[in-house]
Amino acid sequence: MLDVHDLSISFSSYTLGLKKKEVCAIRSLDLRIAPGEIMAVVGQSGAGKSLLAHALLGILPPNAKVSGSLFFKSRPLTAERLTDLRGSQIALIPQSVTYLNPLLRVGTQVARAARLSGVSRDETPPVVRRAFARYLLDKEVADWFPFQLSGGMARRVLTATATVGKADLLLADEPTNGLDSAAAGEALGHLRELADTGKAVLLITHDIKAALQVADKVTVFCAGNSVEVAAAEDFNGHGRLRHPYTKALWNALPANGFRMAMPPVITSSQNDGCLFRLYCHKQDSLCGKRLPGLRNTNGGWVRCHHA
Amino acid sequence: MTTNLFSRSTPWDLRTRTLMTILACITFFAVIFISAWLYGEQGQVTNLGLRKLPPSWERPFGTDWLGRDMLARTLKGLRLSLSVGLTAAACSAFIALLFGLAAAMLGRTVDLIVTWLVDVGMAVPHLVLLILISFACGGGAKGVIIAVAASHWPSLTRVIRAEILQLRSADYIKLSRQFGKGPYWIARRHLLPHVIPQFVVGMLLLFPHTILHAAGLTFLGFGMSPHTPAIGVLLAESMRYLSMGLWWLAVAPGIALIVSVKVFDMLGNNFRALLDPRTSQE
Amino acid sequence: MLEGRKLAFRYGEEREWLFKDFDLRIAPGEIVGIPGPSGRGKSTLAKVLSGYLIPQEGSVFVDGRPLSTSGCCPVQLLFQHPQLAVNPRWKIEAIMRESEEPPPELLRGLAIDPSWLGRYPHELSGGELQRVCLVRALGSQTRCLLCDEMTSMLDSLTQVSIWRTLLNIARQRELGLIVISHDYALLKKLCARIIPYFED
Repeated sequence: MLDVHDLSISFSSYTLGLKKKEVCAIRSLDLRIAPGEIMAVVGQSGAGKSLLAHALLGILPPNAKVSGSLFFKSRPLTAERLTDLRGSQIALIPQSVTYLNPLLRVGTQVARAARLSGVSRDETPPVVRRAFARYLLDKEVADWFPFQLSGGMARRVLTATATVGKADLLLADEPTNGLDSAAAGEALGHLRELADTGKAVLLITHDIKAALQVADKVTVFCAGNSVEVAAAEDFNGHGRLRHPYTKALWNALPANGFRMAMPPVITSSQNDGCLFRLYCHKQDSLCGKRLPGLRNTNGGWVRCHHA
Repeated sequence: MTTNLFSRSTPWDLRTRTLMTILACITFFAVIFISAWLYGEQGQVTNLGLRKLPPSWERPFGTDWLGRDMLARTLKGLRLSLSVGLTAAACSAFIALLFGLAAAMLGRTVDLIVTWLVDVGMAVPHLVLLILISFACGGGAKGVIIAVAASHWPSLTRVIRAEILQLRSADYIKLSRQFGKGPYWIARRHLLPHVIPQFVVGMLLLFPHTILHAAGLTFLGFGMSPHTPAIGVLLAESMRYLSMGLWWLAVAPGIALIVSVKVFDMLGNNFRALLDPRTSQE
Repeated sequence: MLEGRKLAFRYGEEREWLFKDFDLRIAPGEIVGIPGPSGRGKSTLAKVLSGYLIPQEGSVFVDGRPLSTSGCCPVQLLFQHPQLAVNPRWKIEAIMRESEEPPPELLRGLAIDPSWLGRYPHELSGGELQRVCLVRALGSQTRCLLCDEMTSMLDSLTQVSIWRTLLNIARQRELGLIVISHDYALLKKLCARIIPYFED
């Protein structure tokens, strides 16, 4: 469905007056999602998770420079094609109701999302009704304004907005933020349902525990790069995980020992070599020379010279 | 296959462009003021040998029915209109700042009075208010300035009041209070850095309105006296000659007015981009 | 040290009580957890205990005296979203100095990078900004910290590092710590005592 290859995003910003500095936020990233699959992207804040979503929607700020290749349904994604696909084939399930227009009724906005994604005028009312029924939203909710929605209901409305059309790739940005475990479980359950109907879901979150509840695969982000792609089953006990950063993240969970194997990674602007090497106790001269590629090891992928 | 599909190739990036635009705008106004000053009395000199000449390389704006050079008159008119507009906008913005601060800081009663005044100010048709006040003040530059200043403050007042009210409920302001900071300290350190940029940008964006309204008032005959070369006066005079085919009398000063207004608008918007730490680095 | 007696709060006369007859006592150096689902009034309790809101009934005491409304409050609150708790037009250095000049060992302890000082809040990540807020909250007057979902927006590694550091500081300075979170596993790791008032 989606194939990201060697994606790099950098920003130019100003230090003083007109002096510029370039900051590389994502460096040679690879990512692949198949239909019917939930791919979770986990990592600490500032690792470039949201940037990836913004790049896939083509809504990066104007000072961003992007290179690399993106393929959607085996065809290259160009800026023009992206504008066409955004909202119709690729849809975002946003973080919070602040992404909705505060002055428009919820029902109107869901209907508009349907129209924008290519549903015809006549078909729209029944499609919207079905979307509301599917996410257990009462008919009256259509007449509410976004501020009237409670946390869990807001998630359902946002999911309805993204799925009312015919989008095949859904980007869920931090869908469990600010929700307690019951509401979070419900939101994640909806994503699983969507994947089971053949859609591809990219689940962006900082919360591994939540992601593992529904994801098939997990891509771990560290310092603007994907360091490991693992099956959800690999996160179980010890030994199956490949990259030291993934292990550190996993073992730092309160339920798994609450251990601090390393300090949080600071994204640095060093240019070559493994981005993780300053935090790694296995590093040698090779790590400083070039960035390791993703290698296949027992069923998963890891970006490390030594794993 | 590696493509560079998303990169936008612009010769200048945003900040350079913003600074350049601001510089260009300021240069534009400097040129108007300096050349109006350099022309001296030339614009007022009648030369009956050069009557009603259409635009040419020598006289790009043509001459009027008394043989006066229209370029010189337009520049002088712009200078006068801009000065009047600037003064009025500055007064208006200052009134807005005072009212906005008072409404947000001095309690419910003051807030009610100010919001009521704002509503009244916005509900009365602009032009009617302008004409009434200008007429009551005896017309002339003073009348125009008072009329425009007194009728343009409501919208900016609303913006400043809303900004302060929103800030006062922000977590970091409440936190500041928990650190034992007094209201004066909070106003100076927390509120002013937000309100000052709003004020400056609001004032810059008021200029276009005030300039147009000052010209409009004069055009209708309630503003500056017919002897002063204000843009409004030039346009009003040109009406009588339009039917005789002297189109350039209206077109040249009209375009000059529109361009100056647009330039002020650009100036305001670019300043806004520059003053916000979020966009200033793009 | 920090004590809440018979606290009750509701937003408006006709609304339900979020909590009523709530008693709480915390000794210096004690770490107490308050779990529960969202929307039950945990955050409101935090705001009452730290003096942001005045309870309709009962009152808050520090060392036996009512929580004073003037001067630097000895009970400091840390928010879930550090982005909203800092002035976006201030640089990091000014933010950390708001209550008082932070001692260098505190900056080192919380791993504050000197290069952050000249930046604006939106240039730091959530975890980095939360550490900046901690520096600001840990003034010399502070006796008790209320952490309202302080790390629920952060990844596990950042979460561990912040709590490890904070627990150390709390032990050294004998600070009282109230941890509010819907993550029960986290509370069990951190707290000696858990108050199940807001749970089902």
